[in-house]
Amino acid sequence: MHLAQLNVAHLLAPIDSETLAGFVALLEPVNAVSDTSPGFVWRLKGGELPTDTVQHDYGDHLVTNLSVWESREALWNFVYRSVHLDVLRRRREWFLRVAEPYSVMWWVPEGHEPPLEEAMARLDLLRAEGPGPHAFTFKDFYDSSEAASRPAAAEERK
Amino acid sequence: MSALADPVRRRLYRFVAGRGRDVGRNEAAEAAGIQRTLAAFHLDKLVEAGLLEAGFRRLGDRTGPGSGRPAKVYRRAAGELSVSLPPRDYGTLAFVLAEVVDLLGDDEQVEAAARRVGRRSAAEDPGAGLKEALEARGYEPYDEGSRIRLRNCPFHTLAESHPRLVCSVNLAMCEGLLEARGERDVAAALDPRPGECCVAFTRTGPSKNNED
Repeated sequence: MHLAQLNVAHLLAPIDSETLAGFVALLEPVNAVSDTSPGFVWRLKGGELPTDTVQHDYGDHLVTNLSVWESREALWNFVYRSVHLDVLRRRREWFLRVAEPYSVMWWVPEGHEPPLEEAMARLDLLRAEGPGPHAFTFKDFYDSSEAASRPAAAEERK
Repeated sequence: MSALADPVRRRLYRFVAGRGRDVGRNEAAEAAGIQRTLAAFHLDKLVEAGLLEAGFRRLGDRTGPGSGRPAKVYRRAAGELSVSLPPRDYGTLAFVLAEVVDLLGDDEQVEAAARRVGRRSAAEDPGAGLKEALEARGYEPYDEGSRIRLRNCPFHTLAESHPRLVCSVNLAMCEGLLEARGERDVAAALDPRPGECCVAFTRTGPSKNNED
């Protein structure tokens, strides 16, 4: 199994505004580090350019980052042990404060490239029910074996 | 902890920990100025005590037949030990406070407080050089080109549970320390790597050429 992660951030201003210039400038180097990190599998891209963000219908000023990794450690080292950490540190310069979780993880079969709809559903699940084997966080992490043995509440309801 | 009562053992521990990589018996013996067999005895005692970890690795470039069997190597154990008498538990308290700060989410106040603490701490060692001051705070600094990097994160456990918060605090404290020391030619920035502290220092000013 591989580990999928979705991050969402609500921008303080339009992405082409002066306020967001620092963030946009970091997209290329951070994506370059992501894509060459050990254990990186796949990332949903908005276009050919490194600064192309993913287009979607989940609201204006919402940027999404959806990627798949070989393990928790691989994802951790990218998120917290690379140039990406400074983006997290500076989040208030660019993103709105949100009380809800803005990041979710779940296990996917190897080779599966989750569509954004699947990822947003996992974030909704985390927000509605808290961490579980099908939608969890670094702090409340679930192994892939736990995900396999317990069907997701969201999937049961289908 | 009594494993470190012996001065030779302390010397060996400091040497292995300071390398930041696998160290063979010969190298450790030489550094401590003792016989190889004595060094091996003490190194193994340190492994028994959980202060070092041992493994086997081929030292040198030769491989295949004739390269000899892998040598026993030592590195600092990943776990941490702390001693407090009478018992104190600041870790749990720090964890609770970090949870609260994360919930409140006031990054600016957090960084301002950390910068103040860093600034104030500069008074503890007024005569010390920057690396000495970092050493005294548990960072284990080392040079990499014209930069100073830090081998050890003094806040490791909390940095694992609350990385964004703890690394932001750490950077702000380092910046406060630089500021109060009047280190105008040195800048601190986040440049994390797996297994090391997240902060690195770059010499930005005129002293750069002298130190390279």
